[in-house]
Amino acid sequence: MTFVLHLYVAGDTPRSARAIANLRALCARELDDFELEVIDVLQRPDLAEQASVLATPLVIRVEPGPQRRAVGDFSDVNRLASAIDLPTKEGLS
Amino acid sequence: MTSSAAISKVPTGHSGLDHILRGGFPRGRTTLVSGTAGAGKTIFALQFLYGGTREYGDASVFVTCEETPTTIRDNAASLGFDLERLEIDGQWTFIDATYDPGQEEEVIGAFDFSALIARIQHAVDRTGATRVAIDSLGALLTRYEDAHTVRREMLRLSNALRGMGVTSVLTNERSEMSGEIGRFGVEEYVCDNVLILRYTLDEESRRRTLEVLKMRGVDHLTGEFPFTILPGEGIVILTLEGTNLTAESSTERIHSGLVELDEMCNGGMFRDSVSLVSGATGTGKTLLVTEFIDGGASRGERSLIFSFEESRSQLFRNAAGWGRDFAALEAEGTLRVEAIYPEMRSLEDHLVAIMHAVEEYQPTRVAIDSLSALERIASQRGFREFLIGLTSFIKHRQIAALMTATARTLLGGESLTEAHISTLTDMIMVLRYVEMAGEVRRGFAVLKLRGSTHDKMIHEFTVDGSGMRIGSPFRGVTGILSGNPQHHAEAATDLELVSRMFDDEDGA
Repeated sequence: MTFVLHLYVAGDTPRSARAIANLRALCARELDDFELEVIDVLQRPDLAEQASVLATPLVIRVEPGPQRRAVGDFSDVNRLASAIDLPTKEGLS
Repeated sequence: MTSSAAISKVPTGHSGLDHILRGGFPRGRTTLVSGTAGAGKTIFALQFLYGGTREYGDASVFVTCEETPTTIRDNAASLGFDLERLEIDGQWTFIDATYDPGQEEEVIGAFDFSALIARIQHAVDRTGATRVAIDSLGALLTRYEDAHTVRREMLRLSNALRGMGVTSVLTNERSEMSGEIGRFGVEEYVCDNVLILRYTLDEESRRRTLEVLKMRGVDHLTGEFPFTILPGEGIVILTLEGTNLTAESSTERIHSGLVELDEMCNGGMFRDSVSLVSGATGTGKTLLVTEFIDGGASRGERSLIFSFEESRSQLFRNAAGWGRDFAALEAEGTLRVEAIYPEMRSLEDHLVAIMHAVEEYQPTRVAIDSLSALERIASQRGFREFLIGLTSFIKHRQIAALMTATARTLLGGESLTEAHISTLTDMIMVLRYVEMAGEVRRGFAVLKLRGSTHDKMIHEFTVDGSGMRIGSPFRGVTGILSGNPQHHAEAATDLELVSRMFDDEDGA
């Protein structure tokens, strides 16, 4: 099963970079197959509008449904895993 | 501080508020509109945008955080605002920032509202919008627990709106009627301007007021201003238009309806004057109103009566009893009668209804019978504001108005209404019962007539099938006005009077 994740960030900022790095690390650690699309809301406000994004960084687990969302720079990846309901290989520490 | 003359103003979309703000909101600034639940914040925001779009062609962006765009469209339609039309024309854009419980967002670490700002910026760029409203800050921000982030983001949002060059209104909930402006304690500092909407209970009647708390660098009127919310219009602020007493006074005289009264006034009432007639129940106030209205309507002047005590049919029957055919005058189009129970509406709504009827019918004479009936539905303060609003409105329209007030006691004494209104009127007349030799007679006097001399005698009047007959002055009686008539010692009985008359004749 392929996990499809959309990550909305606002510009090239340290906060965006931290969110991308934390999310990538979590996915690489726990998932065999995933697609991560990073969307910059400053470039694509129309996509932010479509997905009703208010706060960034925001990740949406698009596939498999139902959608799950989490906001922040994901300083705690284990909490992130539980918030968007990602399966974990070895259980959470 | 910049002088207010240099700051360009944006009309607010609210009748009256532009007057209070001396032109409108300062262009490109943010205004916080704070109030408790039900105070009218959403309507205020809607109206600011809708008025601007409809009246001035300014495109608008409405960020809704609490009610869905569908709900807002419906509510707006009930106020007579057709948002869908504007949306189709690209003049109105909704940004839906409502909370969807199915899309819970757990917060993990630091975040900001860049996406919301980007969405607003996008909509503004796309449509060229110059007005933005966010309704409400509280609904948006309280979803996030971190108070520090919320405060920082509020400031960023406010700065971003200023940066876009749009004039914006941000609404915010207040939990208490007084005290903190908002929940986070910083709302009033992040915005340039702060308005407070209040919905208070004042002597058992609900009362809405608006106050300008802060207007950065801009002159404005201070104090609380009463307003009402009307279908088809939204918020109507009852400002004291023209209380600056610059209304032009006309010297043109008009027929009062009674030739004798015209004589007592040295040529009739003034064209743009507010007159008050006060008297106990049954002394003939409605009769005087009938004479006044008939004096205009039967000469082709458009005349309008607001009756708050008697029904239409009663009014017509009374008039017929005094030989006046109101039905015919109405059919000719020179008379219009509005009869309504005072309790049907709030005093503010009555004032607006009176203003509307006057604007629509364009009368040159207006009668209000009686003010005392209206007085009982409002607090003292509310009634005083009503009177000021009403009299200033009338004086600006070159209308002759006659209002009635009921005195508290049968014999003399002034009415409460009179105490409130006497300084606002140009003319005051009194009707009094006069007890003479075991008989109740009636007296009439002009107490005050601004800008003219007048007959100061108390005249006796009678009523017959053709109306009111003002006769000669009472002689040998004092204390009529105070309600305690006393016959002079030398005129104790009619017999004495008569005999002395003969004495005089003999001596002549």
